[in-house]
Amino acid sequence: MAERIAPVRRVLGSWDVIVLLAVVAVATVGAFTIEGVASPRFWRFVALEALPIALIALPMTLVVITGEIDLSVASVLGLTCTVMGQLWVSGVTSLPLLIALCLLLGAVLGAVNGLFVTGFGLPSLAVTIGTLALYRGLAYVVLGDRAVANYPREWTSSAIAPIPGTTIPWMILVLAALAVVFAVVLHATPVGRALYAMGNNAEAARFAGVNVRLTKFWLFVATGTMSALAGVFWTLRFASARADNGSGLELAVVAAVLLGGVSIFGGRGALLGVLAAVALLGVLRNALQLAYVPANTLTVITGALLIASVVGPNVAGMLRERLRRRRSTAPTATPTT
Amino acid sequence: MRAGNTRARLVAAAVLAALALGTAACAEDTGGDPGSETGAGGMKTGLKIAFLPKQVNNPYFTTSDNGGKAAVEEFKGVYSETGPSEASPSAQVSYINTLSQQNTDVIVVSANDKDAICGALNEARTAGAKVVTFDSDTNPSCRDLFINQATAEGIAQNQVKLIAEAVGPDGGEIAILSATANATNQNAWIELMKAELAQPEYAKLKLVDTVYGDDQDQKSFTETQALLAKHPNLKGIISPTTVGVAAAARYLSGSTYKGKVQLTGLGTPNQMRAFVKDGTVKAFALWNPADLGYLAAYAGGALSSGLITGKEGDRFKAGKLGEFTVGKDATVLLGDPYTFNASNIDQFDF
Repeated sequence: MAERIAPVRRVLGSWDVIVLLAVVAVATVGAFTIEGVASPRFWRFVALEALPIALIALPMTLVVITGEIDLSVASVLGLTCTVMGQLWVSGVTSLPLLIALCLLLGAVLGAVNGLFVTGFGLPSLAVTIGTLALYRGLAYVVLGDRAVANYPREWTSSAIAPIPGTTIPWMILVLAALAVVFAVVLHATPVGRALYAMGNNAEAARFAGVNVRLTKFWLFVATGTMSALAGVFWTLRFASARADNGSGLELAVVAAVLLGGVSIFGGRGALLGVLAAVALLGVLRNALQLAYVPANTLTVITGALLIASVVGPNVAGMLRERLRRRRSTAPTATPTT
Repeated sequence: MRAGNTRARLVAAAVLAALALGTAACAEDTGGDPGSETGAGGMKTGLKIAFLPKQVNNPYFTTSDNGGKAAVEEFKGVYSETGPSEASPSAQVSYINTLSQQNTDVIVVSANDKDAICGALNEARTAGAKVVTFDSDTNPSCRDLFINQATAEGIAQNQVKLIAEAVGPDGGEIAILSATANATNQNAWIELMKAELAQPEYAKLKLVDTVYGDDQDQKSFTETQALLAKHPNLKGIISPTTVGVAAAARYLSGSTYKGKVQLTGLGTPNQMRAFVKDGTVKAFALWNPADLGYLAAYAGGALSSGLITGKEGDRFKAGKLGEFTVGKDATVLLGDPYTFNASNIDQFDF
């Protein structure tokens, strides 16, 4: 048993490492060839841009590992932003209270997704495409085409304030702390093992005593809450609550999760790879932008990377599977090594 | 095992190849060293001037940015156009950050959100860039100058003049096809048009009705239909909204009223071309986006060369457009709306 798992682990690990190495490679090549990549400001901008994506990618990784998906995240972010703006306009002037209310809203929106998926047994793809439209629509109901922008300067500047002595925004520390929590849950607890089990075979997981429904429900709540947190950050970073905030961000999140080596079919992936993928997409995009690559070309490159990321691990997985089968059916045959 | 690794290595190689491709494509830009020399009129040469429209691949902004490019070439600057493929403020922020890191001297931007891009613009200004907004302004605290395409008075005067010319010396009944009943800019223009119609020279024109097409094509179309049924003596329609004027033109051109009831308004050449050519519309107006970009580039150049600071009363030369004066709130007015007719419409594509 241990013997069979070990090589699989090694290969999984290697995908994470490959993505990490790609970040290092892109950064190194960029630093020598593109003026500005080596500067601390570059990393500040990359961090600010990647933060909301990374925040949402944490729970999304877990969701995708169980074989589900949440496409409503960017709409949750947008709705949270507008509600935050509306609350501020209507006289809620305490930032901790605003944040608490927004996170609560995110949890409720996530719970609605979770309820439809687990309570009614509907496919999460269909449910969250529905709530993607629904939540975005509600955001327009809240603020229409207005924007709320008159937040206190201390709020907006503290949201993007750097860690003293560096250019890196302090929110990175919040992200790091949350990443540790999610990583521990996923990789070092029975719950984490249950998530992989669900992704591989929900039926078998149920027989093994895992409460699949309840676990998935809470994952959707977590995704909603983290999207709301990203929404609060978004609102303060841009000092602007608008109904179209973060529109299309769900694709950036899913792209990072897939590029990070998480299987879209569930059961496979790791948090390290996903965070590395968020960094890779951010660094690549900003570096190429600095190098005067036009927007259209950037989109093509990102798309190609995404295809490669989906095709790559799957082809690798298929080959592995075939190899293993060949080995087990014909143990005496020489492996292709 | 090995196959898996090879595959993964291939993917990694592809990533690097994509990167290499990207960097190779960029190496061609060798931005000039900004501003040691000064050219004609005290303008520095070699200024790096970047246009950041609301989105790229938009014909309106392609036209305005090309106007800017012509200006930048005239004063020997280094022109570039960059921007997101979708009109979102956050994407624009990313590009502003990039421009700031590229030590751009002037950022000419049409804002997707008047507040959301403020922080990034101010960061760029701290780093030494001058910021000129055009088409769509930001908060005045985040830019050095705003190039305003037209004033409400200018639009009202232009529209009344155009309908008077189209209807002819005998005058007659006219009506307005507006957007929504509570659109602030539309209502301001309509009020100013009424004031303009009260002038003695327009005594023969009589405004009989104002209807609202809600900036929806279908509704504007049927409102036009209803308007003509209700007022059989109607001689002209003003529709100061691009949706309305195009819908009204479509109705008129397919009806017996074509050529008998005159139409003008604010429209874009691409929407109106067919109706100008088939005689439904003699002339309509909007601003000239090419001139708008041209003026914005010159204003940016003048700012960055230290010729002006953006305070009220500052004067600067803008090539073929002549001299401009900075007005209140650090704005510069392009001028009267630009009139499009059969003789010039083919010069425009937006």
